[in-house]
Amino acid sequence: MTRRRFVGVGLGAGLAGSLAAQSFAIARAQGAAVGAPLKVGVLLPRSGVQAGIGQDCQRGVDIAPGILKDLGLPELAIMNADTETNVEVARARAERLIGEGAQLIVGAFDSGQSTAIAQVAEQKGIPYVINIAAAPPITEQGYKFVFRNFPTASMILADAFANQKEIFAAVGSAPKSVVFMHVNDTYGTSMQKGIDAVLSKADMPYKILDTIAYDPAARDLSVEVAKAKATGAEALLLVSRLNDAMLLTRELVKQRWTPMAVLSMGPGWYEDQYLKTLGRLADGPISFVPWYDPNKPLSKALEAALAKAHPDVNLNTNHIYTFEALLIAADAYKRAGSADPKALADAIRATDIGNNVSIGPGIRFDAKGQNATLKNAAIQNRGGKLVTIAPKSAANAKPEWPLGPYDKRG
Amino acid sequence: MPAEIYLNVAVSGLLTGLVYGLMALGLSVIFGVVRIVNFAHGEMMTIAMYLAVALFSAYRLDPLAMLVPIAAVLFALGYVMQRGLINPFINRPEHSQFMLLVAAALIMVNALLIAFGPDARGVQTSYAFASYALGPLIVDATKAYAGLAAVTVAAGLFAFFRYTLIGKAIRACADNYAGALVVGLDVKRLYALTFAIGSACVGACGSMMVLLVDVTPPLGPTYTLLAFVIVITGGLGSMAGALLGGVLIGVTEALGGLLFTPSAKSMFTFAILVVVLLFRPQGLLGKRLT
Amino acid sequence: MILLLTDGVPRRVLKLLAGLSLVLLAAPLAASDYLITVLILVLYFAYVGQAWNLMMGFAGQLSLGHALYVGLGAYAAAALYVHFGVGPWLGLWVAMASSAAVGATIGFLAFRFGVGGVYFAILTIAFAEFARIGFDHWGWLGGSAGLFLPVANYARNDILTLRGSPTMFYYVMLTMTAAAFVLCHALLRSRIGYYWLAIRESPDAAQALGIDIFRCKMVAVIISAAMTSLGGVLFAFYYNNLFPEQIFHISRSIELILGPIIGGIGTLAGPIVGAFLLSTLAEGLSEIMRWVGIDLPGIKQVFYGFCLLGVVLFLPDGVWPPLGRWLGLGREEGDRESGEGER
Repeated sequence: MTRRRFVGVGLGAGLAGSLAAQSFAIARAQGAAVGAPLKVGVLLPRSGVQAGIGQDCQRGVDIAPGILKDLGLPELAIMNADTETNVEVARARAERLIGEGAQLIVGAFDSGQSTAIAQVAEQKGIPYVINIAAAPPITEQGYKFVFRNFPTASMILADAFANQKEIFAAVGSAPKSVVFMHVNDTYGTSMQKGIDAVLSKADMPYKILDTIAYDPAARDLSVEVAKAKATGAEALLLVSRLNDAMLLTRELVKQRWTPMAVLSMGPGWYEDQYLKTLGRLADGPISFVPWYDPNKPLSKALEAALAKAHPDVNLNTNHIYTFEALLIAADAYKRAGSADPKALADAIRATDIGNNVSIGPGIRFDAKGQNATLKNAAIQNRGGKLVTIAPKSAANAKPEWPLGPYDKRG
Repeated sequence: MPAEIYLNVAVSGLLTGLVYGLMALGLSVIFGVVRIVNFAHGEMMTIAMYLAVALFSAYRLDPLAMLVPIAAVLFALGYVMQRGLINPFINRPEHSQFMLLVAAALIMVNALLIAFGPDARGVQTSYAFASYALGPLIVDATKAYAGLAAVTVAAGLFAFFRYTLIGKAIRACADNYAGALVVGLDVKRLYALTFAIGSACVGACGSMMVLLVDVTPPLGPTYTLLAFVIVITGGLGSMAGALLGGVLIGVTEALGGLLFTPSAKSMFTFAILVVVLLFRPQGLLGKRLT
Repeated sequence: MILLLTDGVPRRVLKLLAGLSLVLLAAPLAASDYLITVLILVLYFAYVGQAWNLMMGFAGQLSLGHALYVGLGAYAAAALYVHFGVGPWLGLWVAMASSAAVGATIGFLAFRFGVGGVYFAILTIAFAEFARIGFDHWGWLGGSAGLFLPVANYARNDILTLRGSPTMFYYVMLTMTAAAFVLCHALLRSRIGYYWLAIRESPDAAQALGIDIFRCKMVAVIISAAMTSLGGVLFAFYYNNLFPEQIFHISRSIELILGPIIGGIGTLAGPIVGAFLLSTLAEGLSEIMRWVGIDLPGIKQVFYGFCLLGVVLFLPDGVWPPLGRWLGLGREEGDRESGEGER
């Protein structure tokens, strides 16, 4: 037998063999015994540019099992996978997880990756619960198997303005003008697009003097802050990420500008690293974000569990919504009584969980698979911790107003 | 917009541009002499930045004070890389060099991710939030120090290449490879030395950059590209050109961001690049290419 | 025409190709959906790698910004579909035309002004970055919030609007890759193929012989750009959402040239072999990491980098030339002499 033929036969056999093995694996995979733990695939960006956020969401996954058990909910068998902050990898991993028997998928933080996974889930008829992704189009596609327990950009905006008015009324003062800065990425641009529509209906006491968009990869925001300061606006309204938040704060200090308030409608300004790195300079900014209701009992349980597992980490959006996605999965499994994907999807659609963590009447989904009842909070940085100052039903502190001057903070 | 804003922004751009210029200087030295396209340039700066962060968080050592040791570490790294890995690639086609350094960069970035985690790390020196007010001008203290350090290192490099024997030998290799061999210079060793010097340059730049910018593992490629743009704009083989290019890019980006949308300010950099490549390919201060 | 194409090709090569084609055609019958997804990606990279290879291996121009054409193709077809309801089979002509136009512009600027080697490479990067930032600000195409294609029912396979199951996309991609392979083979044997070979080996001699170097290089760039844009069209309809930050990013450009460089520049089989090899390597490393139980983000990429390093150091011409020789398939037309540099 010549070398060529040997290799040819070898390659052919290898290929055929691996294909067969795959098919066999599929046949075995999805059939699970009733009462067995539900196989949940969790897709998060654990490497790549979003690695920090993905690993933070993972903390929500890690503390879930104990709490779910205390609630008397069935066990979940978690299958972790890394999307590598890449759309193609996200899609391939989703296929992989389903091929290995995942009966439900949770993830993936990023709107682009979540869209790719949603398509796979819909095709395969496997329920997909999105933990965090704000781009509106995802639940506008008419999917039957995709559910999002997270507000869309327009919901976040509407609540942000409502909460701002509540705060202005509570402190008896409001800025007459703001400058709107936003990071030029998916989330920032979705917010900027929505703002005109929402603002006209919200009847805010201030005018937006200028809109300044900056590059998400920008390492130096001195020009942007100089421009913002030059508009003469009283307050700063913005959508940014963690790194930009720190950069912006430094520039505010260096360029000697303390606005009346920093009103952030995105991540960054309340995150642990921000608080730790900036110390006393971190106090004061108000963030309008999807958050937990500190008065709900399950929130307290979640807080305690996180404090035990990671003592120096504050409970935040990433943990809350990732945890709730798993809560939804376990609750639906209990009600469906079977791991059949269609039954699970129907059960999820009928979800009505009042004993939850996020703000609002609870977790329920509309016909499009969106939880439209979610409410967003206003939180403020105070002494290295976060307090909820609006809406009143979920508040546990009064707002501090205006922002303390940066040069007097020692 | 009041006039002092433009002045402030321009000065800020100038100071940052000096640091960029130093980074480009390292690349110019490497590219001009060894003719290697160092696509891992930005990653090497990232390594230097992480070194500075580690030293600061462990021992509270100011990055500027640590400039020389960090540059020395990068010097050694560069020498070893050149001698061990890159030397056989000098005469290979560009795509091979590219692949080699892309692979090296991939390893560096992910090793840093594993070692330091994905969160941004910075250095908060006592003067991190300070600024100087000179009339209407507000100058960021960290930028001022970084810019000063950049000029000092660059001056040192100029002196090295102009007045020392080794410096002249390296310039000889760049100008005329065959001639250098004929005269008996140990070209291999000089190449390794040059790569090492370029790496030391980038190491020094890293200790300055960490004052201005927080470091994350994937920080490198943006700066590699920036370094190339500056080298090409300023002119290959001209050290003054690298600094000038850096300042030009720094100021243009800053003013462009002020006048137009800040998120599009990088477009100015690329526009300048295209114009230079087409109409003055040797760069502003470079010698005309034969 | 088949006789013309197969004339001069050793019989064993034809038999191997036929065998491989049969396996690939039959794959969806036996493979899981996950495997099909992986294969679609492999074929995609083989296809765009082949298109890039045309410019690099045949005309000797290193393009590090090829993601530009993918993005242009994707956005052109997607925008027509989203805003005007024009299907991809019509949209692809617009995609190809716009990419070809941009490619021609870059080529013209570069060749007329004598920009070559690494300077050309940097120029291509600059254009890709320019497009990335530009599209980030282009509201009509969604800007950085992204362009979303309306996704329809998956139960039916609709070839006309490219909506359907992965299997459908697999066959479309397979056809495209096969067509690219045949096209490149035909081009290499045509007159311009020989001109390209001459220009690559010795531009001065070629010019002395009266070959219009400018025209030949332009043709290579235009064909390469147009071919790549088709890959972008498929990408748009397969993933159904486009973000400038992702599709024009320099990491994409680097991703798509890894295949041909590892596989073997200038060879026909290089890009395909490279694409298969790299995907297998990536998936394989993930598997090994899982099996060994190491759950460290980034470790897979470190090993991947070392593997790439290994190939570059020990197989400078890529994997295919030595592999082909070992399999006794002989050198094909268009092989590079090993170790020759271009200054």
